[in-house]
Amino acid sequence: MTDGPRDPLSVPYRERERSVTMERLDAEPVSGTAAVTEGDLDLHEELFTINIGPHHPATHGVLRLLTTLEGEVVRDVKPIIGYVHTGIEKSCEDQQYWKVITFVERMDYLAYYSNAHVFCMAVEKLLEIDVPPRAEYLRVIHSELGRIASHLFGLATGALDMGAITMLWWGCRDRDLVLDLFEMSSGQRMHTRYFQVGGVFEDIPPGWEAKVREFLEIMPKRLDQYLALLDRNEIWLRRLKHTGIVSQERLLDLGVTGPLLRASGHPWDLRTAMPYSSYADFDFNVPIGSVGDNYDRFRVRIEEMRESLKIVEQALDGLPEGPYITDDRKVALPPRHELATSMEALIHHFKLVTEGFRVPPGETYVAIESPRGELGCFVLADGSAKPARVHIRDPSFANLQALPDMARDSLIADFIACVAMLDPILGGVDR
Amino acid sequence: MPDATGLELIAQAVRAGVGDEAVIGTSYYREQATLEVPPARVHDVIALLREAEEPWDRLMSVHGCDYLPEEPRLGIHYELLSMERADRLRVKTRIGVEDPHVPTVVDLFAGADFHEREVFDMFGVYFDGHPDMRRLLMPEDYEGYPQRRDFPLGGEPVMFTFNEHKFPRWYD
Repeated sequence: MTDGPRDPLSVPYRERERSVTMERLDAEPVSGTAAVTEGDLDLHEELFTINIGPHHPATHGVLRLLTTLEGEVVRDVKPIIGYVHTGIEKSCEDQQYWKVITFVERMDYLAYYSNAHVFCMAVEKLLEIDVPPRAEYLRVIHSELGRIASHLFGLATGALDMGAITMLWWGCRDRDLVLDLFEMSSGQRMHTRYFQVGGVFEDIPPGWEAKVREFLEIMPKRLDQYLALLDRNEIWLRRLKHTGIVSQERLLDLGVTGPLLRASGHPWDLRTAMPYSSYADFDFNVPIGSVGDNYDRFRVRIEEMRESLKIVEQALDGLPEGPYITDDRKVALPPRHELATSMEALIHHFKLVTEGFRVPPGETYVAIESPRGELGCFVLADGSAKPARVHIRDPSFANLQALPDMARDSLIADFIACVAMLDPILGGVDR
Repeated sequence: MPDATGLELIAQAVRAGVGDEAVIGTSYYREQATLEVPPARVHDVIALLREAEEPWDRLMSVHGCDYLPEEPRLGIHYELLSMERADRLRVKTRIGVEDPHVPTVVDLFAGADFHEREVFDMFGVYFDGHPDMRRLLMPEDYEGYPQRRDFPLGGEPVMFTFNEHKFPRWYD
């Protein structure tokens, strides 16, 4: 060890700790802090690089974060992704269109209804088929229930990162209520494959509506309970308020959408801005934040769940009668009872199951509002029964780029809160 | 969506602002407007559209696709969005597989970073001027560009008890 003026160890330990400030490295030194720099010794050079993840409970999946620390302060973060890349988009090119739905559902594994919805919408656009209104309403009901389930799970695991383990149990308990509804309507709790090209797989079973209304009764009270649990909790508030602030302009520049953008005060929501499916029929608000910190992100998600409940209620009240899937036999399977009596139905069934339907050549990009932001789907059709390219523009993928901006120059504990409130789904990021 | 007439007006404005060769063609398919531009002018065209009188100021996605067997094979799509007018426009460029280079748009839209890296990773298109042109999803030492259509759909052999005899002395 040399005794030069540049040796940081020559400064007493306490002095070194004090050298860690919340100011940027390249910022002009604030007057009065000159005491911590001795001679030409620049204490800010003492940076420490640490790797968080890829297997770490606070990264919400298999996310690797290369962080540069100065004491307890995060100076830079580099998200490194690709650890759960499974080549779903490549696999989709080898599947018939109606089998691709199963694949895309597994990308963002908490918002599977949204993924299936956007892919079905893209194929329907290429095929130019109309979806019956009942199917559109059923899609909206399921998508919104999925949004509630997704936000609940994000909130539950996010609260766990901040040490609020009660919220994890409560959140998962109430998410199970939603999963019970999914199980009743489609037979599966997750990855339901309920949406089909042209409509939905099956009509809702008798009694399902009453079950949903029961849930609509329970859920607002539960949301109040969460707020009672968290919103008056000193630790929760102090860890979320004024942390992870990114300016609205920067978020827009990074292509961030969804609750993150709305928390910064920009009311961009594709459900109201460019209504798709049957969202134009419903009356709901778009909650926005004012500061754009982690607390706003938390509150925006809570309020979004309330708005989703309103949408589900309106959709149930106005649920139209009629078919639940298109009657275009070239695309949708014929009803089971027709197979015994109708030759054409049998042929259609056989062709659809063996070859699948063909889609005319063309390309399209469709975007919807998933729980995390703009979920886009690009489909390139070459005229065969298999897509030539399926690309999902996943909101987590784009939103993750905002993490360095959120976490820079904050404490490492706030950085964990930023990841929690960013709520990335690594299955969607890596695909 | 800008309708077919609106698209022609945009194309005209781009031709006037960037140059006559800056727009190869326009297409209006399934209510979606597409502006096709040569690869070398992508940056100029998007910069012009971003600052236009009716600006296309958000870039939502950049994705590639492979038009095999058509030539030029690769396509890169830029999905532009105007939040004010709630409207979308696609800028598309076609490029061959031999040494594909496209100017980056990261300086215009910071969010294009990951998207361009993914296109490079999957299709092998180099974005000139990108600050960090590395693979994003695949391992750094991976060979080939997996999303190209002539890249076989493969997999790694997984060992189970029924096929462990195919992996002699796997326990070494």
